Amino acid sequence: MGHTKHNPIVRALFNDDDIVLSAVKDLRANGFHVSEVYSPFPIHGLDEAMGLKRTRLSTAAFFYGLTGLFFASWLTYYTMIMDWPQNIGGKPNSMWFLNMPSFVPVMFELTVFFAAHLMCWSYFAVNGLYPGAKAQNPDPRTTDDHFLMEVELEGDEDALNKKLKDLGALEISKIEA
Amino acid sequence: MFEFSTKAKQLAIGLTVVGAILWVVGFAMNGSSSHEADHGHDAHATEMQADAGHDAHAEEAHDAHAEAHGAEAHDAHAEHENDYPGEAHASMIESTYESDHADAHGAEAHDAHAEHVHHQRQNRPWSALYVAAIFFLGLGLGQLFFLAIQYIAQAGWSAGLLRVMEAQAFTIIIPLIVIALITFLGLGHVHHMFHWMVEGINIEGHENYDEIIAGKRGFLNPTFFIIRVLVYIGGWVWAARMLRKNSLLSDSGDGVEMWKRNRKVGAIFTVFYAVTSSTSAWDLIMSIDTHWFSTLFGWYTFAGMFVSSFAATILVTLYLKSKGLLEWVNDNHIHDLGKFMFAFSVFWTYLWFSQFVLIWYANIPEEVTYYMQRWDQYKVPFFTMLSLNFIFPVLAILSRPAKRVPGTLVMAALFVLVGHYMDHYVMIMPGTVGDQYGFGLVELGPILFFAGLFIYVMLSNLAKAPLLHKNHPMMVESKHFQQ
Repeated sequence: MGHTKHNPIVRALFNDDDIVLSAVKDLRANGFHVSEVYSPFPIHGLDEAMGLKRTRLSTAAFFYGLTGLFFASWLTYYTMIMDWPQNIGGKPNSMWFLNMPSFVPVMFELTVFFAAHLMCWSYFAVNGLYPGAKAQNPDPRTTDDHFLMEVELEGDEDALNKKLKDLGALEISKIEA
Repeated sequence: MFEFSTKAKQLAIGLTVVGAILWVVGFAMNGSSSHEADHGHDAHATEMQADAGHDAHAEEAHDAHAEAHGAEAHDAHAEHENDYPGEAHASMIESTYESDHADAHGAEAHDAHAEHVHHQRQNRPWSALYVAAIFFLGLGLGQLFFLAIQYIAQAGWSAGLLRVMEAQAFTIIIPLIVIALITFLGLGHVHHMFHWMVEGINIEGHENYDEIIAGKRGFLNPTFFIIRVLVYIGGWVWAARMLRKNSLLSDSGDGVEMWKRNRKVGAIFTVFYAVTSSTSAWDLIMSIDTHWFSTLFGWYTFAGMFVSSFAATILVTLYLKSKGLLEWVNDNHIHDLGKFMFAFSVFWTYLWFSQFVLIWYANIPEEVTYYMQRWDQYKVPFFTMLSLNFIFPVLAILSRPAKRVPGTLVMAALFVLVGHYMDHYVMIMPGTVGDQYGFGLVELGPILFFAGLFIYVMLSNLAKAPLLHKNHPMMVESKHFQQ
């Protein structure tokens, strides 16, 4: 995704997700480099078959949540204790800690808010999804009922083409780098 | 097929016997030391002073604050100072949960107080046995409910784990017997754990008369109570036996037919348990603090039982895996059990906090005494159990890889088990022994006793049938389960 490609790319179009999955496994087992697969829906086990690294988004989410927790603690401290302490239900407002239970809902919500929103934005940023971004999809049929696989061409082109045909590709095209 | 080895059998029986002996020894020692009741009184007085000191401190802080906001604000603050729980302590603590000694600090009432402390001390071995019984009941009951859910939700992933759950569901029987014994002995005034069981509590003019409890007599009366306890035992044990019976029948017969039967049993039990999980929590635990009530209590108790039962299932499953059994259970199944444990430890925290924050915020005397006593007398177990039940599991098994590593899961499961023992301890002990609590022979004994019996019942049931529920209609799905 998004990295510079030095080798030419061969694109193969399939019409079944099971075929794509087994094709990816077969190609990788035979030393080919499958750089990308476009699919109308997530295919279970495809990320593993392609050898993709596990996302670090969840680790980021933990720290985003932590940020939200600290922000909420500071917010409640500043607004409710320091800047404008109010007597609400006779609860102690001289120290943040003594009134902490009433701030837990705020802390919980902001933890979730920060984790969810920042995770979403991180996802957009990493994938280059910003307003006005051009679609990276090479073939509109992959948003409907077809699957497209990109394989880096490193050696014999004919051998790869034959291999893809054998694996069940419907169309094969070559893109120069 | 799992074999209950002689070594494991010896361990289980040994734990049971040692536990029983420890409890009996503790019981005997407890009786002989009751003359120290005076000491308890002193400690209580000191605590009051400590509280007064705390209030003075809070007031100081308020003064400093009020200055900044002008004299008017100061007045408002001062007026509300009385609402601060710590301050109200002295008056409220006397009037409610120790209502029978409203003037215990007066010289003439000293004897009454000493007698009360004496009763509390006498309760301790019973309460300690009761805490362990309730805790171990939860380990089986949670999985019995989960087992029923597997059928009515048509769950496929868990088919390979059903035999473990079935065996675990049977572990409810012995704790139930002990619970019935203790509560019925309470009705016979052998101990004084349950305030509402006191003689003459509903008879106007009687020296023990309590208007609030008399008003609850329609529900909390011995006959109805005994019927309810027997109904719980009957219904739960029936479900455990039926689910097991049909499951075993399917091994030599029609898996789909038996699965359908179990689905019916599961549906009936779930409805039954929806009601009895709440009412049993009121009867067995909440009625100890008879004046107090919380509408959330049933769910809160259930959540604690459910999460600790997952911890036990994880430990048993990993034990069987370490023996080279359950080869069809892989990381994905273990991961799911870990997820359930994690999710329900958070769910428990959510319910715990929902109950706490409403009572803390509303600060109504009749409700808030429950937490004030725990705050004043049980601060250490109170906070320890909160961190063990929430913070530790969250930090240990929040991430996906951690739920797939046996080491971290076992650690988290142990946190949860210890934490929920303490949770039940903090639920039950304050109402029965007050500040006369501790952790000694009488507490350790029942834990070993029930742990031994848990291991024995669990493993002997596992050994009775193949671990593979081979004709379960979704066994193939379970074997291929992946996430």
